[in-house]
Order: sequence, then structure tokens, then C-alpha cells
Amino acid sequence: MTAKEKETKRSKQQNVEISGSEAVIRSLIEEGTEIIFGYPGGQIMPVYDALYDYRNALRHILTRHEQGAVHAAQGYARATGKTGVCLVTSGPGATNLITGIADAMIDSTPLVCITGQVASPLLGSDAFQESDIVGISMPITKWNYQITSPDEIPSTIAKAFYIAATGRPGPVLIDITKNAQTGKFKYKYAKCHKIRSYIPEFPVNKEKLNQAADLINSAKKPYLIYGQGVHLSGAEKELKQFIEKTGIPAAGTLLGLSALKTNHPLNMGMLGMHGNYGPNIKTNECDVLIAVGMRFDDRVTGNLKTYAKQAKVIHIEIDPAEINKNVKSDIALLGDAKRILKLLHLLAEKKKHLSWVNEFKDAHEIEMKKVISSDLNPETLGIGMAEVVNKVSELTNSSAVIVSDVGQNQMAAARYSKFTTSRSHITSGGLGTMGFGLPAAMGAKLGIPDREVVLFVGDGGLQMTIQEFGTIAQEKVPVKIVVLNNRFLGMVRQWQELFFEKRYSFTEILSPDFVKVAAAYGIPGQLITKRKDLNKALQTMLESKGPYLIEVMVEKEDNIFPMIPAGASVSDILLCINDIKSSN
Amino acid sequence: MKQEYIISAYSENHIGLLNRITIVFTRRKVNIESITASESAIKGIFKLTIVVNDEKEKVVNITKQIEKQVDILKAFYYTNEEMIFQEIALYKVPTKALMETDQLEKMIRQHNARILEITPEYTVIEKTGHKNETQELFNGLTEYGVLQFIRSGRVAITRSPIEKLSEFLIQRDALLAKS
Repeated sequence: MTAKEKETKRSKQQNVEISGSEAVIRSLIEEGTEIIFGYPGGQIMPVYDALYDYRNALRHILTRHEQGAVHAAQGYARATGKTGVCLVTSGPGATNLITGIADAMIDSTPLVCITGQVASPLLGSDAFQESDIVGISMPITKWNYQITSPDEIPSTIAKAFYIAATGRPGPVLIDITKNAQTGKFKYKYAKCHKIRSYIPEFPVNKEKLNQAADLINSAKKPYLIYGQGVHLSGAEKELKQFIEKTGIPAAGTLLGLSALKTNHPLNMGMLGMHGNYGPNIKTNECDVLIAVGMRFDDRVTGNLKTYAKQAKVIHIEIDPAEINKNVKSDIALLGDAKRILKLLHLLAEKKKHLSWVNEFKDAHEIEMKKVISSDLNPETLGIGMAEVVNKVSELTNSSAVIVSDVGQNQMAAARYSKFTTSRSHITSGGLGTMGFGLPAAMGAKLGIPDREVVLFVGDGGLQMTIQEFGTIAQEKVPVKIVVLNNRFLGMVRQWQELFFEKRYSFTEILSPDFVKVAAAYGIPGQLITKRKDLNKALQTMLESKGPYLIEVMVEKEDNIFPMIPAGASVSDILLCINDIKSSN
Repeated sequence: MKQEYIISAYSENHIGLLNRITIVFTRRKVNIESITASESAIKGIFKLTIVVNDEKEKVVNITKQIEKQVDILKAFYYTNEEMIFQEIALYKVPTKALMETDQLEKMIRQHNARILEITPEYTVIEKTGHKNETQELFNGLTEYGVLQFIRSGRVAITRSPIEKLSEFLIQRDALLAKS
């Protein structure tokens, strides 16, 4: 079809009386939606009926649970940078989205969640499958709105997509009453480009920019920490150019990982509770701390009273509410990270901070001796989580998108995966949602089918959304699943070991034979119990064309180190279990 | 140090927005001393006046979180000194008390209050002022038996000659025109 024919068809489609349901589908297509994740039910059936006519234009993935739908949409959004879309029914369908919406809110993931609702006259009457999803989701959505009339549908969906994806991205929920779905109106669509009360981005303050540049240029020990904001603004290139010109060492937050190549000479590793030794302790030694697109989460800062007190803090951030929320900044540069880094680059002097960078390298050597070497080459008979992650990284030439669940598997994946490409690390950072991994990996793979997607998941987290094996099998999503089975809820067990005198209160968990469960869904797999079989099994997994599962029986009481105990200073990072004993 | 602050928020008139705003306080366990909402001088824009008693740092952060709500145009925080503010109180006392002594009428005059309605059973008195003033009259009236009492939320207006919102609207319009 030529462009002219397309335009003619489009104009014919506009201004024609259609149902609210069809308007939902057409509006989604207008916004460039290719995939929606959902689950039908009574109060969204008219939209599903309309979808039937558009099934070639809009792919629908039927998950096995609404939670699976929202996590899949999150994975899709995080991997592609596009807005993820969910479609579910009212009541339990809508409330099942809540965990994923909260997760997307705290991790700034653009989502548009559409929920069905009972007909307007029944609102507030406790009708069958009625829940006040607008009220329930208010604290965890960037914006939400209830549509009660079909003519509100196009403008509300346009507004929803605009809000979800601009500024600091986030989840938006639209609740549509059944009468709004069935009513007819003259459809016309116009994308939203501005909202009177919403300014997603502010112009850069030139004066503050100059002040920041002066501070950076005169710094002796400058240090840059980057977060997910770099991915969200597409500032990867600008970040790299800036640190290369200024010679400033950098480290990433959990969600910032992969914004800068792992092996970049100025990339010092990961910040946070289980981050690297150097990046954590150097926070309390630098003289200028430049935070880019990160929100000083407590898992990164540890005790705020002792966090970077010696440093002048420059905070580059798009969300005004994050400025001075946790850490007071000396200079706050409000705006898009890409633009600000570009401008700072022009003002920054070319420098090398060799001796300062070497201090990070020295710290890395200490961590290498005390933690990394033994993690990667354990002397134990049992397999370690780190060696599995490292092996996957080697076999994929560090090119895979790594998705992880939450817990020890997540920290092992973050610490020992190497990244060469942006948006290659997807995990639930802020909310720490167990069960996130499997559906998120599926969503990511559907969004970026040309890239290898490998999931690391624990035996506990997998069982929280294990039903999504069904979706993966039905949709033939070639996601690779590595279950790190330690027969425990590992991270809680680690805390129990370290801080609760090994009182393993309800953390030992019996799991099914995951290979057999996967097989029941038609997903092939292998169980690995011996180190010698690991390499070959992983190769088989990566060479397989479809989905594949490997269950690795790892050491039961393997721990993740380094570790900053909750509430401790980043300087008090512990490298091994003996450090904890000596600090007690 | 905790002190009284007045948060002024300008918003679109949308269902549920008040809920969104109060959630900002609830999840931070900050008590709202009073809240009023009404249309502002600018057509279609509503104004919320919220009184809290807390530390400045917390109030600043809360103001930012309120402003972050998509349907809020702008939010400001002020100390009491920066604003002129009033509350309205209504008192219902038995009319018998008014008839038996002139002390009650004297008290009404002294407090610059006024009588709104007199029936054989009750008299309704109105007073505007700061909380301590309306409370003082309440304390005085209790001697005669207060049948009902109600005090409104605070309404407040800045002492500044410049309307901060107008400045903001000019800047915002310039930004929107660029985009």
C-alpha cells in the first residue's frame, strides 16, 4: 500500500462511528503498539471481541495470570524502550496487576494498563467483579483515569501514552466501563504532545551547568555514578564520551548496568548492597560525586548520615521530586541526562585522573582476591551461582540480555554478567519482586527477538509465576531459563545465617522437578548437578532454537559477597563472612 | 524543627485528585491539620490549601511530590508569616442563654463575631480568624453550653505582591509553545 493509499484509508477510518472497544484497539495501533499482554474476562470482553478483527495488526499474548502479563509488559518495555501494554478485566483481573504496576512505578518503566470495569450505572454498587482499581492504583501509578463514555477513549489513550513515556517514565492505568466499551461514537485520533499541568522536561539551567563544570574541572577525585536514567534518556554515548574526556571513573547502579560496557577502562563496576568493593568505598573518598539518572536508593547509599559527606554532589535528574530527597546535592541539574551530559562535555576539560583510577583498581584487586576468585573457581564440590553466570557470559560473548528474578540469583547475575550492549540487564530493582523474572524474560524476548535472552531465576521466585511456562510454550518464545536451585529462599537464608544465628525460619523450600514441569509444557531442559556437565549443557541450551530450561543444583549455603549490612555505611562493606564475625 | 506550613497547590478539577494528594501525606505519615479546596481566580484552576505541622525538609519534599502529580499545575509552601490566612467557625448555643444574660452578646461583640440565625431553640454565631481566636470564643461560649461547633479549613493568600502562579503560567506557556 502506498503512503497516499494509507493516508486515504486512515482518513476514512477517522470520523466513522465505531464502538468504544474498537476505538481502544485502533488507538493502541495509532500509538505504535505491536504486542499486548493480557487476559480476557467478563468486563473487557467487548474489547477482546474487537481485537479479534485486528489480530493480524496487534499481537496478543495470553499469559496465564495477569501478574505475568504486567511483568511481561515490563520486560518488553525495558528491553525495547517502548511502552508496554496490558489488557485485563475488572476486579481480580485488575488487582492482579498491582504488583507489576508498583514495580514499574519504582523502576520508572513506561506501561499503559487497560482494565475493564463494570457498567457506569453499577459503579460503587459492589457489582460482580467490581473493584475500585482507580483508587487502589492511585499511589502506584504516574496517572490513572476512569473512562465512562466512549468518546473519551482516543484522547485518554493518547494522553496515557504521552504520560507513560515522557519525563520520568512510569505506569498509567485506564479503567474503561463496559458501557463505554459498547457505546458508539465518531472516532478521531490525535496523538498527545502536551498537557497543561504536566511538564515532562525542564530547560537546562546554564548557570548551574557552568557551576557544575567548574566543580568537575577543579576536582581531584571526581567520581560518576550512573543509573537507569542513562538508558531511559538514551545517553549511553554521551556518558561514555564524557568520562573518556574527563578521565572520571564511573560505576553503575543495579538498573544502570549495561549503560556502559563492563570492560570499559573507566567502568569500575556496580554500586550497592552487593555491589563491588571499590565503587562503594570510593563514594566516601571522592571530592566530587556526579550522579546521573539515579535516585540514591537506600540500597545504594546505605546509611545516609555517612554517605559521601566529604563530596560536593552534582545530581543530574529529570524528576524534580528526586532532587534533595535522599541526598542533598550542591548542584542539581534538572533535565534529561543526554542533553545535560552533552552540554557538560563541551564545558569539561580533558583530564586523566590516573592515580585516583588506580585506587579503584587496587580495591578491585582486594575484591578479586577475597571474593571474585573463589566465586568463579570455588573449591567446593557443589556448583556456585557465580560460575554459572560467568559461563553464560563467556558462551554468549557477553552479548545476551540478562534477565534476573530477585534474590541471590539476581545479585549473582548482576555481579558476574558482562555487558557489551545497552539495555542488556533487566531486573526488578526498587520493588524486588520475586516472580518478576520468568514473565519479564518472555516479554523481553518478544520485544527483541533477534537477541539472546537468558533468565537467571531461583527456585523460589520461579514458583511464583511458573505458570508462564504455558505462555512461553504456546507462543514458542525462545527464552533461555537457568534455574539456580539452592533449595532455599537463598537471600533470606543468607541474612538468617549472618544476622539471625542461622535460624532458618521457613526458608527451606521443596521444589518440583523443574525439568519435568517444563517438559510437561513442552519446554526441553536438563538437570545439572555436576560441574563437569555445566559447559556442555549451557552450550546445548544456547544452540537450541526454542525455549530451553537448565536447572542447576547449586551450593545450598552459598553467599553473596561483598555486602553492606542494612543501615551500615558504604565504607563498612564486608568482603567475607569473617568480616561480619569480627564486626559483631 | 517542626512548625506550621501552608501548602498551596493549583490543580485541574479532576475526580480523584484530592485522593492522590492526600495519599502523598498518608504514605509519609504526615498529618494534615486542615485542607480546603475551591476554584481559584483563574478559570478552571482549582486551589488547595493544606496546613501541616512538620519539619521544613519534609514539607519541601511533600510539596515536590504533590507537584509531581500530573494534574497539579504548581505547588508552593509558605510559613504562616508569608501568608494572610483565616478560618471560619460556627457555634450553636441555646437562645435561652442569650436571653438570660447580656454577657453572651457582649462576648460576641468583643470577639468580632456575628449572629447568623436566631430561633427559639438555638442561636448560630459566626467568627472568622486564626485558630486561637476561634478557639478562644469557643472556650468562652462553653460556659453557656455549646450545642454544636465547626471550624473550617484554612484559606490563605500570600503577602507577596507577585502571584507566583501567574509567573509560572507565563513560563509554562512559553515552554509549551516551544514543544
